[in-house]
Amino acid sequence: MTDTVTSSCLLAMHGISKSFAGVQALKDVSFDLRRGEVHVLIGENGAGKSTLIKVLGGAHLADAGEILLDGEPVRIASPMASQHLGISIIYQEFNLIPELSVCENIFLGREKTRHGFINGAAEHAHALELFKRIGIAVDPSRRCRDLTIAQQQTVEIAKALAVNAQIIVMDEPSAALSQQEVAHLFGIIRDLKAQGIGIIYISHRLDEIFEIGDRITVLRDGELVRTQQVKDTSREMLIEMMVGRPLDKEFPEHEFKPGRERLRVQDLCRGKSVRKVSFSVRAGEILAFAGLIGAGRTETMRLIFGADQPDSGQIFVDGVEVRIGGPRAAIGQRICLLTEDRKNQGLVLIHSVQENFALPNLDRYVRRGLLGHALETAEFAAYVAGLKIRIAGHDQLAQTLSGGNQQKVVLAKWLATNADIFIFDEPTRGIDVGAKYEIYLLMHKLADEGKAIIMISSELPEVLGMSNRILVMHEGSIKKEITDVANARQEDILSAAMT
Amino acid sequence: MMRKAINDYGMVFVLLGLGLVFSILTIKEQVPDNDTAIAQLMTRVRRDCKAEDVIVVAGAARKDSAEFAGKMAAQLTREGFKDARVVVGIPSDLRALLDELQSRGTNPAVLIAGRDVMKWRVLDHLPTQYPAFAACKIMTPATRLWPDFLKPSNLLAIVDRIVVIAVIAIGMTMVIIAGGIDLSVGSLIAVSAVLGSLVMKQLGGLEAPAWVVPVGFMVGIAACGMVGGLGGWLVAKFNVAPFITTLAIMMVGRGLAFMITGGFSIYQVPKALPWLGQGRSLVAPNTVILVLVLYALAHVFMSHTRMGRYIYAVGGNKEAARLSGVPVFFVTIFVYVMSSLAAGLGGCIQASQINTGTPNMGMMYELYVIAAVVVGGTSLAGGSGKMLGTLIGAFIISVIQNGMNLVGIDSYTQQVVLGAVILGAVLLDKARNSGGMAALLRRKA
Repeated sequence: MTDTVTSSCLLAMHGISKSFAGVQALKDVSFDLRRGEVHVLIGENGAGKSTLIKVLGGAHLADAGEILLDGEPVRIASPMASQHLGISIIYQEFNLIPELSVCENIFLGREKTRHGFINGAAEHAHALELFKRIGIAVDPSRRCRDLTIAQQQTVEIAKALAVNAQIIVMDEPSAALSQQEVAHLFGIIRDLKAQGIGIIYISHRLDEIFEIGDRITVLRDGELVRTQQVKDTSREMLIEMMVGRPLDKEFPEHEFKPGRERLRVQDLCRGKSVRKVSFSVRAGEILAFAGLIGAGRTETMRLIFGADQPDSGQIFVDGVEVRIGGPRAAIGQRICLLTEDRKNQGLVLIHSVQENFALPNLDRYVRRGLLGHALETAEFAAYVAGLKIRIAGHDQLAQTLSGGNQQKVVLAKWLATNADIFIFDEPTRGIDVGAKYEIYLLMHKLADEGKAIIMISSELPEVLGMSNRILVMHEGSIKKEITDVANARQEDILSAAMT
Repeated sequence: MMRKAINDYGMVFVLLGLGLVFSILTIKEQVPDNDTAIAQLMTRVRRDCKAEDVIVVAGAARKDSAEFAGKMAAQLTREGFKDARVVVGIPSDLRALLDELQSRGTNPAVLIAGRDVMKWRVLDHLPTQYPAFAACKIMTPATRLWPDFLKPSNLLAIVDRIVVIAVIAIGMTMVIIAGGIDLSVGSLIAVSAVLGSLVMKQLGGLEAPAWVVPVGFMVGIAACGMVGGLGGWLVAKFNVAPFITTLAIMMVGRGLAFMITGGFSIYQVPKALPWLGQGRSLVAPNTVILVLVLYALAHVFMSHTRMGRYIYAVGGNKEAARLSGVPVFFVTIFVYVMSSLAAGLGGCIQASQINTGTPNMGMMYELYVIAAVVVGGTSLAGGSGKMLGTLIGAFIISVIQNGMNLVGIDSYTQQVVLGAVILGAVLLDKARNSGGMAALLRRKA
């Protein structure tokens, strides 16, 4: 590396290695970031992206390697040190305190004071200035919990700017954003680039990478695969680099053979979020629900699963009207819901994978009033093998699994209930390419077995690639039905979702 | 396997360590009990003495010692030693007897010194002050070194002291694992005890037959169960914070207990009342048997039944549990009912132990119970914990109190030490979970 390159380098990490209890999480990885560029970091779950970011953020200390900032070697021993060096990390789960105002959050730990008292006016003014720089108006006195996800993200960015960050790391910033909000975010990122800030962008969404990235670095199994210009990269190359083998397609081929109607919903209503929703789904179908975040898709499914109660409307299972008083009743009707938020709603993270698996199935393991642990273990083992769940043992805690494996555990627990109607809410969010493909195959297998499948997805390629019918929701009601999926275009869905 | 055992029940080692410390601190010369001592001494007397020998038996003016002297003398007479002289009192009483014997020229063959007397100076001065008694042998019971702490009577006292807290801690463990807390248990002890004794009083009081006792107990326990059901329902239905709900019940309960009795204790209880708290069946005190049986049942319940698993799930993640078909509403009410029933039973045991129902029973007990649960390794965050851990936690608290009593530490200091130990235990638990104390200290806030 020549001197001229080094000087334009904002950050250079050389030969970083890190291992945990004998497991090599990073092996001799080098990574650099220039002023005013978006450097995409990509790799499957467990490839070492987050470890690398945690080394940069001071949460982990590297075993070997050096870090240069503006050509100067630095030692980042704590998150505090990292912040002082102008590095700001925006995690997927934001670090905002919901009960505090936007302003209080931005200046948390660095409050502006006068004579020992907080100078609210100065903070307010500075916050306004920051939002002006970002180009979005957020009222600094609002409480964070009243903000949308996109607005909260803006607050995180403002927080980064407030400490004068030169390097901003964004960990899957688009995961919970709608298409429109993502476009807005990209606008902000372009502005930040223009201000000479370097951005490390982590994402699983390939489309975004091509839209916003300048360079891309692929990690696999803790090692650097390659760093190259985005414009010299194709989609296929990228997937191949990530998985280590060529993937023929993103979505498996499948021929749908719809059978009889399994679930019908008539005029379902709840407040403003679900308005007179009617639809039906047949055995062997994958019915996709498209729409923006907040369009009422998740809310509708929660009514069907009994997680919330409808104000009015009817639900028919196999032609018979049923009243679903709660999730337990829904499970009794052989309905299951794989929630979008696995960590808070899908799993008890502090419990073992097997306990999570068994939770809805315990009734079947009871013998003479006591749980038959052997029965439970045997059944779980069968699903672990069948779904190729990668775990160290049945007592491994759910929180230690990667996103893909967590989703498989959730899937296993519902498969074991012998459900007929599967509702997948964002089934592949936060899951790497390889595991995604396996989940897709499983969904097809379920369809072949005559299950009725409803899939909510905010990724349009997934909606188009996986379903045989699409419903588009907007502001609580169904706006459009697309039956000829093969010839549908993303634009058709988007226009219906946004009208 | 071993590692897992240490992880799961690391507190066992703390308990054993405490036991060891208190054993070492309380090692003393132990005088055998009277019957053993008498049997032992009689062997020596039969060997060394003739029937007409003068034998002096000395006992101190304390119940045990006096009883020893009396029994010893009786035994001597029964075996044909006619001239046994008994003296019970203080050292000068023994001196007076010896003076009298010396003045008459009667030389005793043996002086038997019972417990306490064996330490009297007068025995050391015997050869110099009473040269005529040169032939007189001094016999004392053989002593041995043994810790006060490990005396069977003391071990039973440890259990006895903790039984109420241990029983209530079963319910509290369930509540805490389910992610709640129950501050009302201390007051419910009093509610159960006064209601129960009131019923017993109404059904005949002192003269009432034995069956009145279980009836009284049932009424007390059932009333507590209903209170718990109400509290659980408030928590489950309206999502009121358990801390506040049970704090309110704690105040209401305590007030009611005083109102029921007008502030007085109820002494008019059947003679059968003390059976549960003070009686013995077969090999062990009833309380010990009760605690062991209840913990065995609770352990099986928590680890081998569906409901047990649901309790863990609700505490681990209420929403995920609900969406997995767990009847969260029912589980929440259930744990508070269990906790209150346990508190009700605790009240019955305590009423039985002290043979009365008093409205100020169980003050601060909720805190000791919570301490036992937490020291036992159950997380206040919910979702994790072990029933047997709680039993160990309860024992740790009891052993500390008992040990400090034996060592002679005053009650104020005891509270300070107990508080420190609870903190220490919780830190130790944290250290275990984060891979050693060093890791815990390194960890950033």
